[in-house]
Amino acid sequence: MAAVIIGAFAYEQYVSSQKSIIVLATTTSTYDSRLLDYLMPLFERKYNAEVHIISVGTGQAIETAKRGDADLVLVHSRQLELEFVNSTYGIHRVGVMYNDFMIIGPTSDPAGINGLLNATEAFRRIVEAGAKDNAIFISRADKSGTNMLELSIWKRLGIQPSNKTQAWYIEAGAGMGTVLRMANEKKAYTLTDRATWLSFKNQLTNLKVLVEGDLALLNPYAIILVNPERYPKRNYEGALRLAKWMISEEGQSLIANFTKGGDTLFKPMARNIELAHNLGFPEQEKELAWYDAQKT
Amino acid sequence: MLAGDGNMAESIFWEEILSITLLSLRVSGTAVLIGALIGIPVGTVLGFRQFKGKRILMRFVDIMLKSLINTFMGLPPVVVGLLVYLLLTASGPLGSLGLLYTPTAMIITQLIMVVPIIIGVTMSAVGSVEKAVRERALSLGATERQAALLILREARMGVLTSIIVAFGAAISEVGGIMITGGNIRWWTRTLTTAIVVETELGDFPMALTLGAILLSIAFLVNLALTIVQLKGARR
Repeated sequence: MAAVIIGAFAYEQYVSSQKSIIVLATTTSTYDSRLLDYLMPLFERKYNAEVHIISVGTGQAIETAKRGDADLVLVHSRQLELEFVNSTYGIHRVGVMYNDFMIIGPTSDPAGINGLLNATEAFRRIVEAGAKDNAIFISRADKSGTNMLELSIWKRLGIQPSNKTQAWYIEAGAGMGTVLRMANEKKAYTLTDRATWLSFKNQLTNLKVLVEGDLALLNPYAIILVNPERYPKRNYEGALRLAKWMISEEGQSLIANFTKGGDTLFKPMARNIELAHNLGFPEQEKELAWYDAQKT
Repeated sequence: MLAGDGNMAESIFWEEILSITLLSLRVSGTAVLIGALIGIPVGTVLGFRQFKGKRILMRFVDIMLKSLINTFMGLPPVVVGLLVYLLLTASGPLGSLGLLYTPTAMIITQLIMVVPIIIGVTMSAVGSVEKAVRERALSLGATERQAALLILREARMGVLTSIIVAFGAAISEVGGIMITGGNIRWWTRTLTTAIVVETELGDFPMALTLGAILLSIAFLVNLALTIVQLKGARR
C-alpha cells in the first residue's frame, strides 16, 4: 500500500515535470471575464505548456509573486505595479490591454449621477446621498486594481470612507462578480470594470451603467515578470514565453476578438506606443524592444 | 480556433465536472488512506490502557493526551491551510519543494486535518471495547496477548467509523485546500472549491451540478456509516 502511495506521488511529480508549468497570478476581474479561459488554452497548445492561474486581487497577486509563488503577474494598478518593480522582485513591466471602469448603480439613481462625465463629482454626490441614507456604495475592499482606483477617487475628495464611520459604505472584501451581485441585491452603487459588467449584466436587473468615459476611469493591464535573480527556481523561460505571446500581434488580435454578446471586453494596447504612454507606460517602447529581442 | 464569444462549450462542461469530481476523490481519498496508516496504529496504542505505574501521573497524561487529541480534532481546516501555506510558500521553510498550488499540497493539508480525527475516534472505540471486553476475556482464561487481539477484532467497526467520518470531513472541506491548492482550473479545483468560484462567476448550472454530486457523495458516506454502526450494534 505504501508503494502505491509513493508511486502516486512519484507519478504526479513526473507528470508535472513533463510540461512547462507557468504560474500566472492575476486579478479576479481579469479572470471572471473568462478572457484567460479562452486565451490560455491557445497558448498552451501552441507551446505545450500548462498555465496555472491564481486569481486573487491585484494586491494579493503581486504579493504572491513577491513571495515567489508565481512566475508572472497580469494586474491593473499602476501604483502597486510600480512598487513591485521598484522592489526588484518584478521586471519588465509592459502594458498589454485596457478596458475602462464605470460607476454602476440602481436604476432609480437616488444620488443623481446618471450621465455625469466626471467620476469624482459622481462620487461626491454618492457621499451626499449616503449621508442622508439614500444610497449605498459597495467597495471591493480587497486591494484589487478596482479597489485602488476607487480609493484614488475618494482621495481626490479628501475622504477615506470606512464602514465604521459611514454606514452607507460597505466593504465587501470580495471579487468583482460577488460585489456586482451584492450591489444588485442591495440596489447599491459600485465601481466596476467594463469586462466584468458585460459578463454579468444579464443577471444584474436592478443596476445600470451611470457614469463612464472619464479619462480617470481608464483601466490598463500590465504584465510583469518575476525576477529570476530573486527566485531562480521559477519558470522564467515559460513566463517570458507567455508574456511575449500576449503582446505579440497574434496575442493582441486574439484579445481584441474576445467578445461577449457582441461587446469587446478588452482592447489591445501593447503595440500602440502613444496610447501606452497616455495610459502610464512611459517605457513601453523600450520594453517591447526588449521582449522582441528575447529568444524563446 | 474560434474568435471567442466567452462561453464554455457544452462538452467541456461534463469533462470539467468529471475532472473536478475525480480530483476531490483523489485528494480526500489519499489523505484518508495515509491518515489511516498513521492514525489507526497510534489511536489503537493510545486506546489501550497499557499505562501501568503511578496512577495519578498516568491519569494526568491520559487527560492531557485526550484533550490534545480533541483539540486537534476540532482544528479549523482553514487554519491548517494557512499554516501549510506558510510552510510551502517559496520564501518559506519548505519552499524549495515547489509543492504550493499542487494537489500534493492539498493532500498534505487534508492529511493533517484527518489524522487527529482518525486517532481520536479509533482511540475512543478501542478504549471502550477494551473496557467491556478485557476483564471478561482474562477471567475466561485468555492471555494478555489473546485479550489484546480480541479487543482489536471487536473494535474494527469503530475503526471503520473513524475512516468514514474522516473522509466525510475531508470531502466537504473547502477553506484549507483553497489556500494551499490555489483553486486552479483543471489542476487543483475540487468539488467544494469549484462551487466557490462558479458561484462567484455566476455559473449556477455548474455550481448546482457540483453541489448535487457533493451531496450524493456525502449521502453515500453517511449511508456507509449507518450500516457500519448498525452492524456494530447487532454484535
